[in-house]
Amino acid sequence: MTWIIQAFLSLIIAISFAIIFNAPRKKLLACGVVGMSGWMIYSGYSILTGDSVQASFAGAFVVALAAHILSKRFKMPMILFSVPGIILLVPGGLAYNAMRNVVENDYLTAISFASRAFMTSGAIAMGLVFAEVLMQLIFKYLRKKETTSHNA
Amino acid sequence: MLNEKKDLAIDCCLLAGRLMIESGAETYRVEDTMTRMAISQGLIGTQSFITPTGIMFSLGRDGSTRLMAIRHRVTDLEKVALVNQVSRKLTTNELTIEEAYEELQKVASANLMFPFFLQIIAAAIASGSFLILFEGSWWDVPAATIAGGIGFVVATFIHDITRVKFFAEFLAAAFVGIVAFLAILLNLGADLNIIIISGVMPLVPGLLITNAVRDLMAGHFTSGVSKGAEALLTAFAIGAGVALVLSF
Repeated sequence: MTWIIQAFLSLIIAISFAIIFNAPRKKLLACGVVGMSGWMIYSGYSILTGDSVQASFAGAFVVALAAHILSKRFKMPMILFSVPGIILLVPGGLAYNAMRNVVENDYLTAISFASRAFMTSGAIAMGLVFAEVLMQLIFKYLRKKETTSHNA
Repeated sequence: MLNEKKDLAIDCCLLAGRLMIESGAETYRVEDTMTRMAISQGLIGTQSFITPTGIMFSLGRDGSTRLMAIRHRVTDLEKVALVNQVSRKLTTNELTIEEAYEELQKVASANLMFPFFLQIIAAAIASGSFLILFEGSWWDVPAATIAGGIGFVVATFIHDITRVKFFAEFLAAAFVGIVAFLAILLNLGADLNIIIISGVMPLVPGLLITNAVRDLMAGHFTSGVSKGAEALLTAFAIGAGVALVLSF
């Protein structure tokens, strides 16, 4: 039951951010689905291993894969689908906690929050880049295969 | 004659680049789009240097170099999609360069944003939903929803009046803190911290942080560092705004 609620809420959040970021109107649902898949992978992975940094990597990887597939399908830039989807994974709470501790003069806690936020955002960026490289390799392979079959 | 055409092509590339950066596209995509548009107009060997605050675009040895300053940035994905469409059509010769320039100018002057009340509702709903995803109790949802909506309204209004982004975010975070504090005081909420975190989620620079790291990884150090600085300032403004309320 909690899984259904989580899936539904992550869909709603991704669509809401798509509205705030003014994504094209007809693609709102697609943005929502990308965000939902990313969040479900993230929360499933973090329950399995208990490591939120690895889970962020997995979630961002899935978001980027989904965004890539949709961008090829609709012939639109990938950023349209990845931005509302990635927001769910982004360590906003950690960044906020870090800054709150800084302004409250608790620097040690702040540093630990800040380094976790930095690690998480690094993992997200790596997930995005890895997925992009993987998709480029796949598309290159498919194109090569197509041209050789044409020649034969 | 030849020069006039070249000038128009450069104008077109620069306008497309400016629109994309202003709407929040990635640095490497802007570079890629500008190069493709230039090649389709027969300009070979162009060089572009792109930062979040300006574009330099050069034709190489036998042409002029142009500069375009960029003053404000928002996230407007629809404009990114539209510019992408124009550049796609230009490279497949569906549009002439004159038509493409006209289209781009139409995109530049158009206001394609969702109506403001819809954005407020979206921000409010996102805050309320985040509270559940962060494992808060259902009892706190109304407080987080209201806090998120008010925070977003304040951020937009103050930004429109003062044009200082960080001041707007500071005040918005303070308002989120006040709403959360009042909710606890009136016994309409249980956990102050989680209400504030959910309420500031529409404001936090999560996207900027991720984009900054991504630009750094791609080797665009100027963009990466300046986006990182912007994200740091925003996070600082939000943290300070909340702390201002909590210190009373």
